[in-house]
Amino acid sequence: MWEYKDKVLDHFRNPRNVGVIENPDGVGEVGSMACGDALKLTFKLDRHKRIADVKFQTFGCASAIASSSALTEMIKGKTLEEAEKITNQDIADFLGGLPEQKMHCSVMGREALEQAIHNYRTGGTAKKILEGRVVCHCFGVTEEEIERVVRDNHLATIEQVTNYCKAGGACGKCHNDIAAIIARVRGENPASASAPPPKPKPLTTLQKIKLIEETLEKEVRPALRKDGGDIELIDVAGDKVLVALRGMCANCQVARFTLKDVVESKLREFVSPDIVVEEALP
Amino acid sequence: MKQVYLDNNATTAVAPEVIEAMAPFFKELWGNPSSMHAFGGQVRQYVDNARRQIADFLGADRSEIIFTSCGTESDNMAIRGTMEAAAGRLNFITTRVEHPAVLEPARMLKTKGYNVIELDVDSSGQIDLAQLKRALDYGPALVSIMWANNETGVMFPIREIAEMVKAAGGIMHTDAVQAVGKLPIDLRSIKVDLLSLSGHKLHAPKGIGAIYIRRGTRIAPLLLGGHQEGGKRGGTENVPYIVGLGKACELAQRNISEEMIRVAVLRDRLQKGILEKCPDVRVNGDQTSRLPNTLNISFLYVEGESILYHLSDLGIAASSGSACTSGSLEPSHVIRAMGVPFIAAHGSIRFSLSRYNTDADIDYVLEHLPPIIRKLRSISPFGRT
Repeated sequence: MWEYKDKVLDHFRNPRNVGVIENPDGVGEVGSMACGDALKLTFKLDRHKRIADVKFQTFGCASAIASSSALTEMIKGKTLEEAEKITNQDIADFLGGLPEQKMHCSVMGREALEQAIHNYRTGGTAKKILEGRVVCHCFGVTEEEIERVVRDNHLATIEQVTNYCKAGGACGKCHNDIAAIIARVRGENPASASAPPPKPKPLTTLQKIKLIEETLEKEVRPALRKDGGDIELIDVAGDKVLVALRGMCANCQVARFTLKDVVESKLREFVSPDIVVEEALP
Repeated sequence: MKQVYLDNNATTAVAPEVIEAMAPFFKELWGNPSSMHAFGGQVRQYVDNARRQIADFLGADRSEIIFTSCGTESDNMAIRGTMEAAAGRLNFITTRVEHPAVLEPARMLKTKGYNVIELDVDSSGQIDLAQLKRALDYGPALVSIMWANNETGVMFPIREIAEMVKAAGGIMHTDAVQAVGKLPIDLRSIKVDLLSLSGHKLHAPKGIGAIYIRRGTRIAPLLLGGHQEGGKRGGTENVPYIVGLGKACELAQRNISEEMIRVAVLRDRLQKGILEKCPDVRVNGDQTSRLPNTLNISFLYVEGESILYHLSDLGIAASSGSACTSGSLEPSHVIRAMGVPFIAAHGSIRFSLSRYNTDADIDYVLEHLPPIIRKLRSISPFGRT
């Protein structure tokens, strides 16, 4: 079991302010079923522009429910300017602390609050669009979000970043990117902070298909042909590359099991690091 | 408060008879069985007796049982010892839903350049024997396929698999950690070459396991440095625990067929009760081929850890394949390999029974679980109440 503090367990067992406010002034929704936790926050302001009522709904573990409940208690009666100063660490502190691996629950609370305030300020219509490049594709975490948790919580390792915002917590392919972001944020000075590194110009789809064909021809086919086999490019959709094995390779299990490793690593090396190879089913 | 322990696939209570059988070996019978004096010499017969109890239970010969420290060691020995003895002539075939004690050695073999094939499972958690056949066609292989899955209880057709592997000239290992003690096993008719078992899954203590090695199977030791266990596993025998494991096997054998049915009846009552009382649930895993004690069930729209904490508050112990319980961020590899949709994967709960569970235990769970699910769904943004 996790070493949850008594206050965490209290807010989990007896969550405060559960529900949805009808005709709210602001709505914030973050997370998803796929990610394993999600939070919907709604609030209403009084005539002094203070948060008169706030309610939440959470799908998630004990600390996710407790963090949401804590957040609602913390912001009640505050102006939006006061509320938006609350950091994820404040939420964790309110609860007497969270296990390191559960810090992402407090970050989810802070993100939902920001969403809700943004939603209010844009007249209750807009949803805050995630800005920046998506770094962790497994959990959909952007560069901006990672920079934010690193800066706010003084994080130094990839593992910490995973604990705080989940980025890097599944396939691990973005670990180098995360390390670079940590290094940049920790080494940054105010002047360089606003200048992100230039990105390579993205390939057009046509250029990409051509490059994939060339790579298959030069790097993959020679080895397969030696065993009487071949590979055919079926389709390219974004970073997803669909291929089919032909000839002797078509029924060879080992070819099938190594297909992903070999073909994918070649295409990542020569075309784009984000390529995912899948086999077209007959 | 009432205590209901339904996490027996994680570990089991040590049987009182086992503790009693072990006790003399901490007090008067503490000698080293290899010694050339009476202190030790008199202990040897108890180790031999335990080996016989295990061999009888499995339908094996005494000489085919080697004691280890745990199921993980047995799995490592079976895989690494066999691959080493074969000096690179074998491929390795396993499934995507094995215990990490098999999957991690498999990944190590892969980095060493071996051909490693991980078989897929379908949505019921079963493998496709045609895929196994194709994998075997590629050349001689060590095949490691679990007898029963720890998370879902799904049993693979080990008899048929072993016959296919033997017909193809391969070596067959099965991780039977979850099967031994829950089902009758007779290795005279099921042609596996290697089988792993673990004491603490069948009411012996933690820290003792065994591996069955069919006579004639070539295997290199993991632990060098002693003549014990016929030179296959060095290290002074863990006598009290060996005696405990022997006793646990004897107890399990006594009326395994009746206990199996009694436990299955309880499990089925639990499953039926939950399905009746809780809407939006799904049972994970092949219900036509499943351990009698295991129920893996998903509660849609809620998350597993939350359920476990509420159950724990009421004295009920179970486990979950959800991400949050493991400290990882993804649901269990077994649940994912089966393609269980995320909507259900994060809310999967495993109840695993033992012969010590009663009707009153099931009544207690059926009384207290549905309100927990209702409460969590009322909090969830996806919930329908």
